[in-house]
Amino acid sequence: MSSDAATATIDHHFDPTTSTGIPNKKVLMWAFLASDCMFFGCLISTHLIYRLHPPPGTPPARQVFSIELTSFSTFILLMSSLMMALAVNAIQKGNLKSMRWSLLTTIFFGCIFLGCQVYEFRNFVYEKHLTITNSILGTTFFTLTGTHGLHVLVGVIWLSGMLLYSFTGRLTEKEAIDVESMGLYWHFVDIVWIVIFTAVYLLEYI
Amino acid sequence: MEAIAKSDFLAKGQQPAKPLVLWRPTAKTGLLSWLTTVDHKRIGFLYGASGLFFLVMGGIEALLIRIQLAVPNNTFLTSAQYSEMFTMHGTTMIFLVVMPIGAAFFNFVMPLQIGARDVAFPRLNAFSYWTFLVGAIIVNLGWFMKDGVPNAGWVGYAPLTTRAFSPTHAIDMWVMGLQLLGVASIAAALNFIVTIINMRAPGMTMMRLPVFTWMTLFTSFLIILSFPAITIALVEIMMDRLFGTNFFEVSNGGMPILWQHLFWIFGHPEVYILILPAMGIISEILPTFSRKPLFGYPIVVFSGASIGLLGFGVWSHHMFTSGLGTVANAAFALMTMAIAVPTGVKIFNWIGTLWGGHLSMRTPMMFALGFLWMFMIGGFSGVMHAAAPADMQQHGSYFVVAHFHYVLIGGSLFALLAGIHYWFPLMFGRKVSELWGKASFWLVFIGFNATFFPMHFLGLEGMPRRTYTYDGNMGWNLGNMISSVGAFILAGGIGVYLVTMVYTYYRGERTGKDPWDARTLEWSLPNPVPEYNFRVIPTIHARDGWWYEKRHADEVSREEEEHAKAEEAHGGIHMPFQSIYPFLAGVGIMIGAIGTAIVDPADHNLYPGFWGPKIAVTLAGGAIMFVSIVLWSLEGCEGTHIHLDKDGTVTGDDAHGGYPSNH
Repeated sequence: MSSDAATATIDHHFDPTTSTGIPNKKVLMWAFLASDCMFFGCLISTHLIYRLHPPPGTPPARQVFSIELTSFSTFILLMSSLMMALAVNAIQKGNLKSMRWSLLTTIFFGCIFLGCQVYEFRNFVYEKHLTITNSILGTTFFTLTGTHGLHVLVGVIWLSGMLLYSFTGRLTEKEAIDVESMGLYWHFVDIVWIVIFTAVYLLEYI
Repeated sequence: MEAIAKSDFLAKGQQPAKPLVLWRPTAKTGLLSWLTTVDHKRIGFLYGASGLFFLVMGGIEALLIRIQLAVPNNTFLTSAQYSEMFTMHGTTMIFLVVMPIGAAFFNFVMPLQIGARDVAFPRLNAFSYWTFLVGAIIVNLGWFMKDGVPNAGWVGYAPLTTRAFSPTHAIDMWVMGLQLLGVASIAAALNFIVTIINMRAPGMTMMRLPVFTWMTLFTSFLIILSFPAITIALVEIMMDRLFGTNFFEVSNGGMPILWQHLFWIFGHPEVYILILPAMGIISEILPTFSRKPLFGYPIVVFSGASIGLLGFGVWSHHMFTSGLGTVANAAFALMTMAIAVPTGVKIFNWIGTLWGGHLSMRTPMMFALGFLWMFMIGGFSGVMHAAAPADMQQHGSYFVVAHFHYVLIGGSLFALLAGIHYWFPLMFGRKVSELWGKASFWLVFIGFNATFFPMHFLGLEGMPRRTYTYDGNMGWNLGNMISSVGAFILAGGIGVYLVTMVYTYYRGERTGKDPWDARTLEWSLPNPVPEYNFRVIPTIHARDGWWYEKRHADEVSREEEEHAKAEEAHGGIHMPFQSIYPFLAGVGIMIGAIGTAIVDPADHNLYPGFWGPKIAVTLAGGAIMFVSIVLWSLEGCEGTHIHLDKDGTVTGDDAHGGYPSNH
């Protein structure tokens, strides 16, 4: 590995300056994601426990949910992960232009997902009369999906910041790890959504 | 050779980044240097000083409690004031004393033990401290407000903490303060994990890590995996209080037992977060003063790991009386008893370390031996609690109070006090006088036992916890009186300890390098430790690295000179610039937290729309935080290069921008 730094190729999977060869930022992100797993785990558990004990008068979740819309936004979020992976791949090859297009598409898909969620929330509140205060289902549903939505929003802001930063000329192949660790976060948020989609939505249709 | 150079040395051809908005601070002394420091040693001092300050505060709260309970039917405190005292005493001692003093050692000692020049993310480290301080301030703001301080117990059980039963902002401050303390702890723990995994000096394999570093690693993992549970619990109670959700609102299907589960899923690992650092400190002190390597090093390490792992499977033993059912109770009882095994193994390993050693009874050793004995007593009563039927009798009684003070004072605090004595020469270059050190030890030891041993009997005689007074005919008078007298002896001991420390800081006997003839790497450094820590990144050849170096001086010094040349060829020692942004982010968080927790919700007649003072203050704080973090990430890891001669005198210092480039 020692010759890599001297010649122009960079090994993106080995950082000779760390004890393990894994870049510091990657270890940090993995450890943070482990922590975030517990975070969402507790929220999802709260929802699943309360789901089993609905007080009388709770509307059945199936009457509220619109599985078509949510399936669409789930698909869009998954596609954004694909674009994210392409962006990481591009920067690792030093292809800034390709990375920018992939990032822009990722942001666009992320925004579509957020838009669907805003529409869904408004629809639930104004049409289906499910609010965060009027039932335990509303409480756990809005808190859980809203927290996930906040994670997506943070991701979109981060992605946009990185996209803007790429125009300063300071983002090069050597800083690919910055994009890669952002990608880890983005994929994680997607995976959490798959769990939420299964545990909150699909479970009601069994 | 790359392994010696820091990562920044490899990236070449970068242009220096121009400072954005705010300058890059370079002050080395004065207030600004402390506000902008990114040096792990200085951040360690900040944690330690804050922890000791809150130790005094929490101690005063404890004394007020003991004055109230000294005699039956006392009216020194009202029941409301008493609730505030025991709530703040518990919250302070756990989150603002034991955790930050532990963090002080993580910060100061751990990087030195693994041969690193700083933690992996120095600015994140500063951010952790400032966030911790903001959390501590928010929890304590009630002293200056008419709402008063939090009063629902350190466990904050719902529905007592819901708006219906606690309408004032006191609980909002408790919730917000703990939330921030959690953020600070997680950020710091992530940093320590990366540092230990990735920044070890060449030759420092995992199984050569000093045990204190191992315990730092385990504690950090416990923090990042258990704090999210209390984060969610606090989010839920905050949503209930601010937005009227139903998480703990029974009339709408909420279940208060959920709070207990979430709290204790955090709360029990938290117990190990408090004790594992203590075990690490003890595992450093006993070998040093027994003049033997630690007995059964791998077993001690694996015991620490299994304690941490099992710690996640025992939370419901705090809830035996809540009616979980026989099977759940039995399962949690068994798991709890299982934890006694690795703990016992550690105790035997420490005894094995002492056995046949050439013991030197210095003050740190006295505290360490006190730990061993007192922690065992706490452990024994802990095993008694593990048996569910027995616990049903002891639950909520003073027996429990006796138990957890034996593990938290006799365990954690004794070890932390030992650690301060032990590393004081390294931190300040001065040594505490043996006479006053030992005097404080005996006062603390006697006072501690006089305070808490009678509580075992009080508990078995049925005295309940958190009761603000009692009748004279219950048979509890003598025990309580002894306990209160003991509390003042204990306070006197802590007072002597602190005064001795302050005196020693200014006037104590100066010591040279390595005054204890110790074994681990941090003692290879001169005191006080220079900013760059190691003149040359050391190469580790054995488990007790410094012990080996002392016995192979020629070989090691030859190797060092070689490496010094190699490092110089790489451009010298890279030192990061200080940064103001972690502090500014903390200021933003403080404003936002005050907005969320304290500013009253808008009066809708005055502010009909979305905007009101509460929203405005919260968003303003959030905006300051956001802008600070953006600027922080844009300022880059600029720094200077230091060049040293053979004696460690600085011969050159060249600033460089962005990433080190021009060599």
